[in-house]
Parts: sequence; C-alpha cells; structure tokens
Amino acid sequence: MIEICNVSKTLGDTIAVRGVSLQIPRKGVTSIIGPNGAGKSTLLSMVSRLLPMTAGTVTVDGLDVTSAPSDLLAKRLSILRQDNRISSRLTVRDLVEFGRYPYSKGRLTPEDREKAAAAIGFLDLEDLTERFLDELSGGQCQRAYVAMVLCQDTDYVLFDEPLNNFDMKHAVNMMKLLRRAADDLGKTVVLVLHDLNFASCYSDYIVAMRDGDVAHQGTPDEIMRREIIRSVYDMDVEIQDVRGRKITFYYT
Amino acid sequence: MLKSRGLRPIQVILILVALSAVSITLFMTVGAKGSWGFVLPFRGTKILSMVLVGYAIAVSTVLFQTVSHNRILTPSIMGFDALYILIQTGLIFLIGSGGVAMLDPCLLFACQVVLMIVFSGILYRWLFSGSSRSLHLLILVGIVFGVLFRSLSGFMQRVIDPNEFVVLQDRLFASFNNVDTSLLAVSAAAVLATSLVGWRFMHTYDVLALGRETSINLGVNHTRTVTIVLVLVAVLVSVSTALVGPVTFFGLLVASLAYQIAGSHKHALVLPVATLLAIVCLVGGQFVLERIFAFDTALSIVIDFVGGIVFLALLIRGNTR
Amino acid sequence: MKRLLLALFVVMILALVSLLIGAGDLSLASLLSSWPGENAMQVLLVSRIPRTVAIVLSGTGMAVAGMIMQMLTQNRFVEPSTAGTVESASLGLLVVTLVAPGVPPLVKMLVASAFALAGTALFLRILRLIPLRSALTVPLVGIMLGGIVSAVTTFFAYRFDLLQSLNAWTTGDFSGVLRGRYELLWVAFGLTVLAYLAADRLTLAGMGRDVATNLGLRYRSVVSLGLVIVSMVTAAVVATVGMMPFLGLIVPNVVSMMMGDNMRRSLPWIALLGAGLVLTCDIVGRVIYAPYEIPIGTVMGVVGSALFLALLLKGRERLA
Repeated sequence: MIEICNVSKTLGDTIAVRGVSLQIPRKGVTSIIGPNGAGKSTLLSMVSRLLPMTAGTVTVDGLDVTSAPSDLLAKRLSILRQDNRISSRLTVRDLVEFGRYPYSKGRLTPEDREKAAAAIGFLDLEDLTERFLDELSGGQCQRAYVAMVLCQDTDYVLFDEPLNNFDMKHAVNMMKLLRRAADDLGKTVVLVLHDLNFASCYSDYIVAMRDGDVAHQGTPDEIMRREIIRSVYDMDVEIQDVRGRKITFYYT
Repeated sequence: MLKSRGLRPIQVILILVALSAVSITLFMTVGAKGSWGFVLPFRGTKILSMVLVGYAIAVSTVLFQTVSHNRILTPSIMGFDALYILIQTGLIFLIGSGGVAMLDPCLLFACQVVLMIVFSGILYRWLFSGSSRSLHLLILVGIVFGVLFRSLSGFMQRVIDPNEFVVLQDRLFASFNNVDTSLLAVSAAAVLATSLVGWRFMHTYDVLALGRETSINLGVNHTRTVTIVLVLVAVLVSVSTALVGPVTFFGLLVASLAYQIAGSHKHALVLPVATLLAIVCLVGGQFVLERIFAFDTALSIVIDFVGGIVFLALLIRGNTR
Repeated sequence: MKRLLLALFVVMILALVSLLIGAGDLSLASLLSSWPGENAMQVLLVSRIPRTVAIVLSGTGMAVAGMIMQMLTQNRFVEPSTAGTVESASLGLLVVTLVAPGVPPLVKMLVASAFALAGTALFLRILRLIPLRSALTVPLVGIMLGGIVSAVTTFFAYRFDLLQSLNAWTTGDFSGVLRGRYELLWVAFGLTVLAYLAADRLTLAGMGRDVATNLGLRYRSVVSLGLVIVSMVTAAVVATVGMMPFLGLIVPNVVSMMMGDNMRRSLPWIALLGAGLVLTCDIVGRVIYAPYEIPIGTVMGVVGSALFLALLLKGRERLA
C-alpha cells in the first residue's frame, strides 16, 4: 500500500500540493484526474522520490521514500514521467535492459535478459530492438520507455500521462496492457490521466484532484457523476451509461 | 547601472566628449618627463592609434550587430580578427619572411585588407545566407572558426621558421603595449574612406535593424546593403587588428554599454556614443593601468575578463535576441 | 569484438610508427645490431617509449573525460576545453607554481584537479541559472567561462613572468616528455579504468536525473564521481603535456554515431580512437616539417576545430 500523509509542496510562492493524505491500495489500477495545475504530476513525483516534499511523509509498503535506500525502492516502485527526453543515443534494447539495473547493477544475468525480452515482446517492440531512440517516432519511443519501466518489474508502477504521443489504437492497447499487468501480474498501477473516459473504463479507483488537494475519491461509478466532474473541472458535462461504462461527453 | 532617462541625447554625447577630452589630456600630460617636443608626438601617435582602434571596433561591432540582428554577435567573436591574422600569416608563408621584410608595409597592409574583404565576404555571406540558422549555432561556429584560424596561423608560423617564429611574431603581431605605428597613416586613410561610404547609408541602418523581411518590405536593397556593411566591417577589423592585435570582447562591451546609455536604437546616436565610449575606455583604461597601477600590457586582459563576464550575463539574462 | 581487436591492432601499429620516427636515428635495424645498439636503446627507453606511452594515455584519458562530460551535462558539445575545466586546471597550476614552487608534481596535479573541479562545478551552476537553454548555449557558456578564467590566469602569469610556463600548459606538446616526467599520466589511466568500471552508472546518469533516480541510482554521487574523474584526468594531462583542443568532443561524437552511447560498449572504442587520433596527429606533426616538430596542440587545434565545425554544420538541421 502507498500511504501519503499530509504531503505538501511549495514552489516559490505557489503551493502546488497542500496537505494531501491518500491511501492507494495494493493491486488494481488507480487513476488520478484533475485539471491542469491541480498538482497531479507533482504528487506523483514526490511519491516516487524524484521531487523532495516540503512537508509530510510517503511510505510504500512501510518504506519511507525519503529515507529508504534508493536502490531498494527501485525494486518496489517505478515511475515513468511525461516528456522523457533522453539525449544519449541508446538502442531500444539498451534502454529496456537498463530497467534491470536495480537488480543486476549493469551485469546482466540470463534472467535479466529474459525479462527484458519479455518486456520488449509485451510492447510489440521486437522489430525495433536495435534501433536508436533518436530514430524512433514519439509513440515508439514512449513504448520503449514503458517497456523499460515494466522490465524494472516492481510491485508499484506509476505513470504520468502514459498516453501522450499515442494514437487511438496504441492508447487502447496501452490501457489494456496496464489492466493486464494489474490483473494477471498483480501489480499496483497508478496513472495520471487526462482522458476521463479511459479513467472510467480501466480503473478500479479514481482520485480527483483540484488546487493541490484531493477533491474526491472513489470507484469510477462514484466519481463519474455530473456534479462531481463539474466541481473538479468547472465544466458541465453529460454522462451516459454506454455498455455498462460511464462515458462523459464534453466535446460540444 | 548607467541610466540616462533624464538626459537628452545631445547631453549624453557632450558628457562623453568631455570625458574623452579629459582622458586624452591626462594621458598626454601626466608623468611626462623631458621635453614636450619629444613627449607630445610620441604620446600623440599612441593616442591617435587608440582613437582609431576605438572608432574602428565600436563602429564595426554596432554595424555587425545591426546586420546580424542581434546584440551578442561581434566581429571578433565570429573570428574576424583571427581571420585577419591567418591572412597575414598566410601571406608571409607564401612570400617568405625575407620577402615580407622588403615589402612596403603599406602595400602589404593593402593586400591583406583586400584578401580579408574577399574571404570574410565569402565565409560570412555563406554563414548568414542560411534560412534558419540558430543564433547559438552561429556563435559557436564563429568561435570554432576563430580557434581554427588561430591554430592554422600557429601551424604556419611554426613551419615558416620554428626557431625564429617568436621574433617574427613580435615584429608582426601588435598588441596594446606594442602599437604598430608605421601603419597609422594608411589606417587613418582606410578608416576615413570607410566612414565616408558608411555615412551614405546612415539612414538605412535603422531600417536594417528591423530585420530582413521588414527592411525589404520598406524598400531597402537588403542583400546589397548587407554586403557593403560586411565590407566596411572587414576593413575596420583589419585596421584595428593590424594596429593592436585581436581584442575579443571589447566590441561587445562597448556596443552593449552604448545601447544602455543611449537608451535609443537610432544609429545616428548609438554610433557616436559607442565610439566615444570606446575612446574613453581605451585611453582612460590605458592611462589608469599604465600611469597609476604601472601594469603596462594588462589592458587587453582586463577587457577580456570584463567582456567575458558581460557576455555570460547577457546569456544568462536571455538577451540574445 | 573482432572489430575492436582490429582497431587495437591499428592503434598498436600507429604506436610502433610513433616509436620509430623522430630526430635521433632509431630504426629496428639499429636497435638489433650490436654496436650503436646501446645508444639507440637508450633513446628508446628514455625518450621514445615514454613519449608514445604519454600520447596513448593522454589521448585515451581526454577522450573518455569528454564522453563523461557529455553524459553528465546531457549535451553533445561539452568537453573539458568547452566547460572551463582546462582553464581552471591551468589556473591551479599557476597558483601552485607561484605559492609553492618546490612541491612534487603529484601535489601540483592534485591542486590543479581541485581547481578544475571547482571550475567545472561553477560551470554547472551557471548552466542552471540560464532559462530555456538550447543545446548550443551550454558549450558557449563553457567557452566564455574558460575565457574569463584564462584572463585571470594570463594576468597573474604576466605579473609574475610565468607566461612561458602558461604557454606550455595551454598548447599540448609531447616533445618534452622524457622518462620521469610523464608518470602522472598513469593516474589518468587509472581513472579511465575506473570510468570503465562505472560505465553503467555513468550511462544511467546520462539519461537524466529522473530516470536515474527511478532506477535506484544515487545520481548526485555518480555526478560527483564523474566530475572528479574528469577534473583529475584533465589536470594530469594539462600538467604533463598541455591542452589538446576538442579531442574529447570529436572522439565521443564519432563513436556515438557509430554505436550509440551505452558506455559499457562504447568506452573501449572511445579510448582506442582517442589514442589513435592523438598518435596520428603527433606523427603528422613530427613528419610534416622534420627535423622540426609542430606541437600536438597546434595540430589538434587545426584537426579538432575542423572536425568540430563539420559536426556542428552537419548536425544543424537536427539541432535547430
């Protein structure tokens, strides 16, 4: 379980995250939604120790992320941020194999190679393994990064807007893949999502943030309601049941 | 910070004129021993060359910045003076050092200036003609060209005569403490000629500074004017490099200060302000260092130090339009 | 692996050529024949072998140092001479020569390393101040910083009549290398080996702070390790043979184009190519105007800046 306790972050004069307390249960897919600037990414960065917090604590299965050894955490929790731009010229295989670094420290075992190959297969990257990242399209690159994070094989996997750069087909495939990771492999997946309908269709739990704080949390059925969405986004939407899913219409 | 919101342009210029007059007088008189008949001509030539150098560097930098549409490129940062030295070395390399000693220095200088115009014309027209060159790429390329030119000159100097090259270097390459006064007359003539040509285009500089598209739209023959300005810059850089050698950051320093103080973008104002500032800095700086601190060759080092910091500050503030 | 062995072979041939050419008569025949043999052997042991070893070690060291810098700054155009490192090292050498002229070379090198470290750290600090920096601002800032530092150095060198020594540090020259005067470079070699051991960490650091942290890397300590290696290698090379401009920039870029940036794989190539390039330039400098010799710094200045320009202008579409 990820326990977030009274976490705040001030950046200069602005408060990005104000005293958030939240528990993310083991297993399943949790989506964090909310308008731009609500503090979603900041929260995720603090949970994954990439950003120091101004106040509060975060524990992952009882490990305090600020004090636990970083290499130990790297075997429990991984994160993929948005806008990954790696300037080094690495091949897809290199990148994915670096996902095994927490275990092998660079000396890859046959098992590491197997896991890397599995992750590459999982994301349909077999044809691209020897290509350099700077020769790939945005979507291919993103898939390579996701493969790297999956190759890290941690119980908790955090994604900050993983659907960036994806077309419709790849976006759906990605969400299905994350669902499978949660159901079949027993992972805990936490996502920041902008597309409410993806959140609604694929999550077990939704956290809605606004102004640096958690506004609502609950199952998709509890969150996907007109008045809740209005209070989070200041926008009127229409929500309908389509084949048992709650779908928002906000395009017109 | 120097701010002159309250001063009218003419006042700014008058103050600077007064300052230059003071520094020149001080330089001429303080610490003079012996007969005035000796001191005045001796120091007079020094002053004259410094004034020429100040004028050449200030004007060439401001015009170069106008043509390249930014405030951080200067001829010396782009390797112009290194190119001059390369040409100088190349000529000696071809003719041989014995031949150079026999040649009339004025003729040699004229040859160098012509070559300089041709080469810088080709090189920098090519660099600037690209459609979307990023500014930072240009500067970096310029700096590396500078290194290339300097290394090539060093290479040729070694090959000319590895044993005597130090002697040769001393004789051929001037610096602030070793102003090459033999070229003074011809330099003055060159500067005068370029100024006359440059004067005719005074009205177009302000338009040119608005950018290529705008100036074409306003009816300026952009290509022709830019070419002429680059030729003027080549001549002026040749003059200053021949007299005192390369001074990388002086132009940048003077031009940035001039824009600050003048508080205007009109060339009719910026050009004289930059020139006067250059004279005050050179003569005043030389006076202070030489007569008060007795550091006789430190001026170019001090300029490089201060100028480098100004350049970094401009980069940090993002003033690299 | 096969190709790597081939490259090693080429470098060894170059090293052999470098051993055999020079002002004193030294051919395989004279080495093997008995009567002038002693003299030739002497030349070989005292001057030729140290020189060739120095070339190989410093070429390797500077190329690897350049690669590490590029990983740490995540910028392709950074190397010790475009980051203020070299200039700071010469300032350190000058200071130690002024303050304590009698200290052993190792101490001098350590002082120079400390200065180089401080200068490079300052460079990284300034970089953080610059908003929205483009890939090309980074080397620009480094070159400017180097210019400022070297203005200070020149000033003091001038005041204390040390311009001659300063010149020796700023232009690379192997002609002064003799037995007993190049051994510091083995320190640089040791650090190069250390860099190979840490290759994975350095590659990870090159992927950026977030990715590295996510994989459990202690990013700051790896950056510090990299900076220490770079500073000490630079200081050792500057103190013994002087500067070779852009070496650390060209070699890693070429290798990166060939095989990417996974340092575990590319580092041996960088090392070999660095050694090969410096050996070639040195041979050219010695042959082109024999019996005089053109210092390596000058040859590298021409070759290095020409290649750097080619890299810049070739890659401009990608960078713009």
